[in-house]
Amino acid sequence: MSDLSLSSSTSFIPAPVIQLTDVSVSYKVPRERIGTFKEYLIRRIQRKLEYHTFWALKGVSLEIRPGEVFGLIGANGAGKSTLLKIVARVLRPTTGRVVVRGDVAPLLELGAGFHPELTGRENIFLYGALLGFNRQQMEESFNAIIEFAELRPFIDAPLRTYSSGMTARLGFSVATAHKPAILIVDEILSVGDEAFQQKSAARISEFRDAGTTILLVSHNINAMRSLCGRGAWLDHGRLRFIGLPDDVIDKYRLDERVDV
Amino acid sequence: MSQTKIYDSAQHIYPALEELRNLFEYRFLILQLIQRDILTRYKRSFLGIAWTMLNPLGTMLVLSIVFSQLFAVRTPAYPFYLLSGLMAWNFFAQSTTAAMQIIVWGSGLLHKIYVPRSIFTLSAICTAMVNLVLAIVPLLLVSLILKFPLGWAVLFLPVPMLLLAFFAFGIGLLLSTLAVYFPDVSEMYQIVLMAWMYMTPVIYPANIIPVNIQTFIRMNPMYYLLNLYRLPLYDGRLPAWGEIWPAVVWAVGMMIFGWFVFTSKSDEFAYRV
Repeated sequence: MSDLSLSSSTSFIPAPVIQLTDVSVSYKVPRERIGTFKEYLIRRIQRKLEYHTFWALKGVSLEIRPGEVFGLIGANGAGKSTLLKIVARVLRPTTGRVVVRGDVAPLLELGAGFHPELTGRENIFLYGALLGFNRQQMEESFNAIIEFAELRPFIDAPLRTYSSGMTARLGFSVATAHKPAILIVDEILSVGDEAFQQKSAARISEFRDAGTTILLVSHNINAMRSLCGRGAWLDHGRLRFIGLPDDVIDKYRLDERVDV
Repeated sequence: MSQTKIYDSAQHIYPALEELRNLFEYRFLILQLIQRDILTRYKRSFLGIAWTMLNPLGTMLVLSIVFSQLFAVRTPAYPFYLLSGLMAWNFFAQSTTAAMQIIVWGSGLLHKIYVPRSIFTLSAICTAMVNLVLAIVPLLLVSLILKFPLGWAVLFLPVPMLLLAFFAFGIGLLLSTLAVYFPDVSEMYQIVLMAWMYMTPVIYPANIIPVNIQTFIRMNPMYYLLNLYRLPLYDGRLPAWGEIWPAVVWAVGMMIFGWFVFTSKSDEFAYRV
């Protein structure tokens, strides 16, 4: 544990909650698609397995401090989602190191793991468990969840009878039932109708005011400018620029224009 | 801020141990997944959970009629012999198949949120275990109908059940690992299972196996596990030491082997699209 001290417990600057050190993620992509076990064996024996390496992230170093709202921009395929997955522990970096201090609430795919045949009530517990909560936490927050999702009358009906808006509301309510240390948001949320969108935005601001660190990916430049304190521009897996949102956006736009 | 969870990708020297700790942390999810599987399986059916018990009974009935002429002469209370074997075999076949299928379902989730990877395999085995325990009800029913007495040795039954679960967990972990890379393993496995069943004394009595292939049969771990399961039920006696240890070695060995293979590969799962 001794090498952890390189950044923790310096008395003036709080330790970064998210710390990426020279992180790279590479996928081995087979040159031809091999779908069957037989094909794989034959090629393995013939030594005809050819891969090329695709770097989704390359040498990314980044520190995010407690309470920051940090935005990521970049073209499609620049590695933004991969970076979020690294922080959310879904992917382990191929090389490099990631340290995350505190619990992470990923608002990536709301309601992933919902089952249509189960009731709203049963799904709340299932989804909560998938997000890493224990029974006690779920029982404590159960009432608050259905209150926030405005689904009390339907809570014992199977999920397949819900509209997509209702399902999304339920997903959001469970995922944000507890204030996390780190919130990961992919795209600005558009959950449910306008009233609920305002409600969910208010909840996220509430978290931010209470000290939650927010890592955000968005294509909406304006949202980025108004929400984030700092940001970074990712381009083909590399970190091109870190700084104030306005500067990041300027650099990003300048580059886009040159490309076109 | 008393206890901050710290995730450090560099602290990953013993994935096999780390996964064990993570699994413990997510124990509530294991219960939720078992509950989901049991609830959803029969939710839209009229007889519901009763199918867990009716299913083996139906199979037993069919197979008893078909094979009674062949085996019943040498096997007293053949339907009971058959049902006790079918229960154990079905548990093995269903749990390992489910373990493989659930990881394919779960892989969608594994791309989005973090959960301990082995949790899907474990919950599949646990769900099948619940069904195995429920299947004791029709077994008791059959023993009453056939006036086949059950002795105190029945109390030994949890031991072979647990060993079967260990073995199935090990095989399930190996199959899940394979299925992530090669989806058609799941089709292939059904054929393997069928062949495996006919090489194991499930529907036929062990004493009809010719002497010259006895050594071959002794390489089959399911032979020992099934035998250990049947002894307290059908033979009504406690197993001898020589009947226990091969089953224990196979079950525990397979579980440990599967665990190490799975945990050494599971970090790559999310890389597979």
